[in-house]
Amino acid sequence: MRYASASKRRRPVFFNLAQIQMPVGALTSITHRVTGIFLALGVPFGIYLLDLSLEGPQSYARVTRLFDNVAFRATAVFFVWVLAHHMLAGIRHLLSDIDIGSQLPAARRSAWVVNLGGIAVAMLALGVLL
Amino acid sequence: MRATFTGLRAWLVQRASAVYMLLFIVFFLAHFAVDPPHSYSAWHAWMTSSGVRVITTIFFAALLAHAWVGLRDVILDYSHPMVFRVCLLVLLGFALMAVGAWIVHILWMSRG
Repeated sequence: MRYASASKRRRPVFFNLAQIQMPVGALTSITHRVTGIFLALGVPFGIYLLDLSLEGPQSYARVTRLFDNVAFRATAVFFVWVLAHHMLAGIRHLLSDIDIGSQLPAARRSAWVVNLGGIAVAMLALGVLL
Repeated sequence: MRATFTGLRAWLVQRASAVYMLLFIVFFLAHFAVDPPHSYSAWHAWMTSSGVRVITTIFFAALLAHAWVGLRDVILDYSHPMVFRVCLLVLLGFALMAVGAWIVHILWMSRG
């Protein structure tokens, strides 16, 4: 055991993210995590907008007028992508929990579907909001 | 510190909350596609109708549980000094409780 832990200490560490070859599933996975963090950070802003929208006719109108702002619309499209990717990746997890698509070739295919599906949904939102 | 939502229970909480939120979002989007509220009064009446209010409250409860499990995993993965880790988890716990109180206030207390 001592030999094993000694060799573990000498193990090389290579963390150059620019050079690590990420399989498509790894990309889906890390993006699932990053989008989750973004969603959590967005929650207070979402609740603030919900609060405003319910407060009264004036503040409701203020919320709807936010969409006149290009920066707000761009942020909205970004969050549509964030949510779409997170949900699609989550559905992929749920399916693989019940053994659908948990073999490698199918998992790679579904990872592509998730990555591209999220972008497709964001493009749709872009078309609607532009 | 006693661990909340760890192991199998965390796994189950994450999935149950995910499924509920998924169904809620589908329902919400379907409502907006079929019968979008065009005015403040329509939006307010729909959101404060008792059924929608209850399922929205459950949605946010699921959201907070989901965020706790997910962000807890992230904190445990990247923050290693124990003091730092505990501080982050306590901070996260308070933030989530504050959000919960805010939601209860919006949905159940501020207007009739």
